[in-house]
Amino acid sequence: MAATDSVERIVLVGAGECAARVARVLREQGFTGEIAMIGDEPHAPYERPPLSKAALVDDEISQVEVLSATRLAELGVELIAGTAVESLDRDRRLAVLSDREEVTYDRLLLATGARARTLPIAGGEFALTLRTIDDARALRSRLGPGRSVVVIGAGLIGLEVAASASQLGCDVAVLEAAPRALGRALPAEMADVLVKRHADEGVEVLCGVVPTDITRLGGRFAVGVGGFDKPITADVVIAGVGATPNVELAQASGLTCENGIAVDDRLRTDDPVIFAAGDCCSFPHPLYGGRRIRLESWRNAHDQAEVAAANMLGGDEQHSAVPWFWSDQYDFGLQHAGLADEAALSVVRDGGDGSQIRFALAPDGRLVAASGVGPGISTAKDIRLAEMLIAAGSRPDAETLADPSVSLKRLIKL
Amino acid sequence: MSNWTKACNADDVDSEDVIPVAIDGHDYAVYRSPADDYFATDGLCTHEAFLLTDGLIMDNIIECPKHNGRFDYTTGEGQGAPICENLRTYPVKVEGGSVYIDLG
Ligand SMILES: Cc1cc2nc3c(=O)[nH]c(=O)nc-3n(C[C@H](O)[C@H](O)[C@H](O)COP(=O)(O)OP(=O)(O)OC[C@H]3O[C@@H](n4cnc5c(N)ncnc54)[C@H](O)[C@@H]3O)c2cc1C
Ligand code: FES
Repeated sequence: MAATDSVERIVLVGAGECAARVARVLREQGFTGEIAMIGDEPHAPYERPPLSKAALVDDEISQVEVLSATRLAELGVELIAGTAVESLDRDRRLAVLSDREEVTYDRLLLATGARARTLPIAGGEFALTLRTIDDARALRSRLGPGRSVVVIGAGLIGLEVAASASQLGCDVAVLEAAPRALGRALPAEMADVLVKRHADEGVEVLCGVVPTDITRLGGRFAVGVGGFDKPITADVVIAGVGATPNVELAQASGLTCENGIAVDDRLRTDDPVIFAAGDCCSFPHPLYGGRRIRLESWRNAHDQAEVAAANMLGGDEQHSAVPWFWSDQYDFGLQHAGLADEAALSVVRDGGDGSQIRFALAPDGRLVAASGVGPGISTAKDIRLAEMLIAAGSRPDAETLADPSVSLKRLIKL
Repeated sequence: MSNWTKACNADDVDSEDVIPVAIDGHDYAVYRSPADDYFATDGLCTHEAFLLTDGLIMDNIIECPKHNGRFDYTTGEGQGAPICENLRTYPVKVEGGSVYIDLG
């Protein structure tokens, strides 16, 4: 049920990518009421993707701001930084902050994001994690030529950090418990292309390797590994083992959580005046049979921001954007659109320059996912076109998809 | 002050397409619309300075290949996240089969 009372005051919980985008869209849509953005980090909203990539390779990590304090002021958004929302009084529509202040709302957005998972093994606290700019600065200060680094977890962030550390002259090894790298994110052949790129740089990705404990040896660390005679020693241990959605506030407020704060396809929680968007929420995706999913991606944070902003102002928009993410490792770019898990057929298009695209088709012939990897940005245009085909529910011919001489633009125009 | 500089030949750019042009170490993008009008902008995205010319063109929109930031290439106007800053545009004229842009 949508709430229909008048909206004069909107509170955004979290000052990350998604909340920043919501603030901008609310103003673009002509909302003239009050907007308060409350974030527990002591910063104006900044971009996280550079933290494992380009920014980590720089001598000093610079902050890529999504909305600077000046810009927020121009937009008439009150930023309350370094302050957490500790509880909600939903009956009185009040948010209680960590400094005991109370803030009222007509609509509230939970954009609390996710936090890095820590390693659940003895000594797991010795492994650094990466989620915030402060984490990135702490990590950067420990990297440098000749330093040995063990990265635990060959997911996107683990591999990006491994690439950046290697570019800084560190001696890097990656340990992955699963049989292969990037198991959650990508088809095996794509993961192989990236693992090979790492090998070319002397970065070994060891799969099926389970760390058992970490101990401190003076200034260094020893990582015990199941089946190995000796622990692996390193100057720096980093864990890239996924993220946990920040649902505690929602949970304590009695909102349903199910692998994230559960929202409907309008991004509403069970409270009609409370919405959730970005990494913290799980939602039914209409393009994938209404299956409930949660995404941790920058574009998703933007796409959901548009929908949440419109619906907080009384709109009735459905969130149906095709999931999309990218990654950069060394000079290689990766882009992925869609979800491949219902795929029956995989079709490959060889770019000829070391790049390739893999298309995933569902049993009924629908294109459900496409990923491109290779030097630079060579597959980007095709992944974007594939995304449009996925959104349209197209059933493209497999031979055409495989033929690099046929432009995908033609399929869109058919 | 105008500073008309030859960027390319008119038929170097296909209809509904864009090409990169470097002049004095600066990257520009030269566009040809479906109606065969020519436009020019800076060649690098205002988000993270990626070369725009590998991106997709739809109507009068160029989309950055890196994170899909969008600009109206006829006006340079950014079209939402992650773009905060508009793209600089340049006056264009076509004479004798050549495209000139006014670098000002
Ligand atoms: C190192 C790194 C690299 C990444 N690279 C990519 C990439 O290449 N491509 C890609 O697509 N995505 C990438 N991502 C993911 C992307 O950054 C996230 O999807 C995006 O930041 C999600 O935005 P969000 O606003 O939902 O959450 P966040 O950006 O996490 O913002 C949520 C904010 O809310 C705060 N908060 C939580 N609870 C409270 C509370 N109770 N009160 C106040 N504040 C609170 C959090 O501290 C945080 O500051 C990367 C992420 C990381 C960490
Ligand atoms: S570099 Fe163009 S959108 Fe990011």
